[in-house]
Amino acid sequence: MRGLAWVCIIALGAAAPAAASTFDRLLPAKSQIVFVSRQMGVPVEGGFKRFSGEIALDPARPEAARATLEVDLASIDVGAREAYDEVVSRNWFDVRQYPSARFVATSIRPLSGERYEVRGQLTLKGRTREIVVPVSLRAQGTEAVMEGSFTLKRLDYGIGTGPWGDTSIVADEVQVRFRLTAGRSAPAPGGRSAARP
Amino acid sequence: MPAATAIGYTRSAIALHWAVALLILAALPMGLYMTELTLSPLKLKLYAYHKWLGVTVFLLALPRLLWRLSHPPPPLPASVPAWQRRAAHALHWALYALMLALPLSGWLMSSAKGFQTVYLGLLPIPDLLPKDEALGERLAAVHATLAYVLLAALLVHVAAALKHHFVDRDEVLTRMLPWIRRPAP
Repeated sequence: MRGLAWVCIIALGAAAPAAASTFDRLLPAKSQIVFVSRQMGVPVEGGFKRFSGEIALDPARPEAARATLEVDLASIDVGAREAYDEVVSRNWFDVRQYPSARFVATSIRPLSGERYEVRGQLTLKGRTREIVVPVSLRAQGTEAVMEGSFTLKRLDYGIGTGPWGDTSIVADEVQVRFRLTAGRSAPAPGGRSAARP
Repeated sequence: MPAATAIGYTRSAIALHWAVALLILAALPMGLYMTELTLSPLKLKLYAYHKWLGVTVFLLALPRLLWRLSHPPPPLPASVPAWQRRAAHALHWALYALMLALPLSGWLMSSAKGFQTVYLGLLPIPDLLPKDEALGERLAAVHATLAYVLLAALLVHVAAALKHHFVDRDEVLTRMLPWIRRPAP
């Protein structure tokens, strides 16, 4: 199964080749995507265990960054094993039909300090919506960490339809929180050496 | 014949008894039913209602227990044999213990399973335990066992009350049900 694919392409300067100081590798083991849904007023945390992506982030020019993130929908954890079969079924993510979702960032705008506003297209279950995500970015040594959260409306994407469409039982709003860590590929032998920031 | 309240329980004791009784009579069958359902909106709803009922039972059981400790219940009729007195006494304390233990075990189970209890959908009750699936399963077994013990205890409690009313024809049932006439001896 593919997965909830979020492609985070931060587009400015996308054509430029990655410089040596560019963070160009998403480190899934150090990254995390979780979400909080509300069931009968109870916040329940879940997450996606498998995702991958591409990234090109120069900490000197974050606005020009480019990133791709792919998340495996079938790797969903909704906080209870009993609920898994239901949540991958047609009423919810329908992972057989839509194994992956996709986020394509279209712009990144600095806010203040290390905070940025990322705008992009999220495609989930065959439907695409624009979302705006505040992201904090910290580059330290060999790793860059992007953290943020946003709220989406599950029914915008047809997630939880049929009897589950009743938002008094499962709320429409779902908060998504993520922490993505990017690293650098080892420089090619004989290539330019990376200038450590 | 003296008025039932003169030889009987205080109004508060009677009100608390029936309030808790009705809540338990709703929560207990709901719990037995909802756990058999496959995941559905109804199931989520019933789980929430069940937890709210349980929290309410707990909240009423505490003042009930304090009231019981400060207001001794009327004595049993002199005709009741000693072993039945001891049994009645033990059963009543067991029921008090279960009134507290069932909500408490449910709360611990929910915490361990990672589902917080939000009273009436509004008031979040802090989780007592961090999420731990294995512990959650064990606590679920404890909660279910206690529920069956409560069910058995209630059956004995109700059967004994009916026996007092219809067989012994004494005032044991009517002093807790003052709007029902005591049977003619």
